[in-house]
Amino acid sequence: MKPDPGILLQRRIKNRLMTGLFLLALLVSLGVLASILWKLTLDGIGYFTPAVFLKSTPAPGTAGGLFNAIVGSIMLVACAILFAVPIGVLAGTYLAEYGRHSRLGQVVRFCNDILLSAPSIIIGLFIYTIMVMPSGHFSGWAGSLSLCIIALPVIVRTTEDMLRLVPDTLREAAIAVGCPYWRMIVSIGWKAALPGILTGILLALARVSGETAPLLFTSLNNQFSSFSMNGPIASLPVVIFQFAMSPYRDWQHLAWAGAFLITVTVLSLSILSRHLFSAGKGT
Amino acid sequence: MPDNVATSLESALSSALPAQAVAATRRAVRAASGTRFEPVFGFLSRAAAFLLVAAMVSIFILLTYESLPAFRKFGLSFITGSSWNPVSDMFGALPSIAGTLITSLIAIVFGAPLALGVALFLSELCPFRLRQIITTTVELLAAVPSIIYGMWGLFVLVPLMAKNIQPALIGWLGPLPYVGSLFEGPPFGIGILTAGLILSIMVLPFIASVSLQAFATVPVALREAAYGTGASVWEVCRRIILPYTRNGVIGAIMLGLGRALGETMAVTFVIGNAHRLHASIFAPGTTISASLANEFTEAFGSMYQSSLLALGLILFVITFIVLIITRTLLHSINRKLPL
Repeated sequence: MKPDPGILLQRRIKNRLMTGLFLLALLVSLGVLASILWKLTLDGIGYFTPAVFLKSTPAPGTAGGLFNAIVGSIMLVACAILFAVPIGVLAGTYLAEYGRHSRLGQVVRFCNDILLSAPSIIIGLFIYTIMVMPSGHFSGWAGSLSLCIIALPVIVRTTEDMLRLVPDTLREAAIAVGCPYWRMIVSIGWKAALPGILTGILLALARVSGETAPLLFTSLNNQFSSFSMNGPIASLPVVIFQFAMSPYRDWQHLAWAGAFLITVTVLSLSILSRHLFSAGKGT
Repeated sequence: MPDNVATSLESALSSALPAQAVAATRRAVRAASGTRFEPVFGFLSRAAAFLLVAAMVSIFILLTYESLPAFRKFGLSFITGSSWNPVSDMFGALPSIAGTLITSLIAIVFGAPLALGVALFLSELCPFRLRQIITTTVELLAAVPSIIYGMWGLFVLVPLMAKNIQPALIGWLGPLPYVGSLFEGPPFGIGILTAGLILSIMVLPFIASVSLQAFATVPVALREAAYGTGASVWEVCRRIILPYTRNGVIGAIMLGLGRALGETMAVTFVIGNAHRLHASIFAPGTTISASLANEFTEAFGSMYQSSLLALGLILFVITFIVLIITRTLLHSINRKLPL
């Protein structure tokens, strides 16, 4: 029996139409990314002068840069990562090694998933209630701690996943020659999973570097060059937010320069972590 | 005889060395290989894991505790009330909650088909060589900080909406009966629809990447059998891939929904921060997260602050529920939540 040519034609047209729509969807999403990068380069690079790195945030109408915001951001992010790495790696180790099948392990994994996808502004609120409210003032430490809580679940998850990839026979071999459990974890597990764990740390770094919402009411902002972690401290994302929403031209220009800087940093970190991961998987 | 040699050696040794020395040597050997450190290491890793649980539980408890004054004063009308007036200390969260839900709904309505289109293209049509590079590029959309989306929205999308898209939509759809009121009002450019559109771009990479992982679980035999009987690409997608990966795809969409609900900075830039309920999706509105970002640092008065914290609690509970659904759906295809 021959198929009805009408139906065949109909099916072919439908197929063309739908696959065309798939391609269109792809072009739209790539187009938006291109538009974002284009706008950033166009508006950012023109104001990207040495002054951006050398001078502090100005009053409206005067010349200035983003020096204090850049240093503030580096301090906040560095402290957050310094605290998050040991806690995150240890917790991930617990999930992969000690608590792999235990009830507590499941509870920890669940909490980690919640923290991973909790809105970052909620983390900011939480830190506000435990640190800013009792002490009565905004502080860099509060901002750093909220970034730390956002970085933690990323590190925990990658550490656990990477340790799980280490074959159990390696573990058994180490135990069989009389190696204590912790030694086995450090010299076999961590060593084998190192590229993966580093990937997680870089991912966490990329994630918190552009984070704005939790800083709004923890580290707040500071228009002066103050680098005390005990007081309000300027950070790049918050300054960008303030300047971009302002009606002043100079401030908006600085916001674009800052936006360019932060996007380049975050995207390179994210590409670097991907590269590291694929290199780690190869070995 | 080796056995005899060993026992005789041991007896010779133990007779040569006092028992204390033997014990001391044993201790030294054990210390050198680090058996003693074992409980310390185990404790440290348990403590770190426990910190996560403590953080998560205390977020919940503290937010609840701090929002008690607002709930005590307004009761259920906190959720159903629509006036938000810091001057008279009257707070109703309905405009924020509605704004959060509507912008997220718009994000899914536009973002999910786009993301599925991208994922199906990558899984069925894309030339093998381009596949990795396009996947990475699409995932870069997820790495762009949300504040950058906000700026792009404010300086690129808003003018476009105000000049071209909204006037056209008002002209075409405004006069229609029933749905016309959705598209009323002056074309500000900012507002609910613009926020929803930015969110749809932001959730796209998450939905696409999880769906793509789900599509990879479709057995090759099933797919090839369909192609073998003469099915077109679209028919394979529609009849084989999507039905087979239904849970995964719904999980991916729920994941995107969770992201959209909690997104703050991008929305804050373009939503207009107006605590008003309006039928039109062109009208300025607000979401829970935008209200928090705009008002929290300036919230003087304990009732104002408590009401904002209560908003935060409501958002946390909503995303919590969405997350549990996502987790269950993704668990059924053996996928974890993506980072």
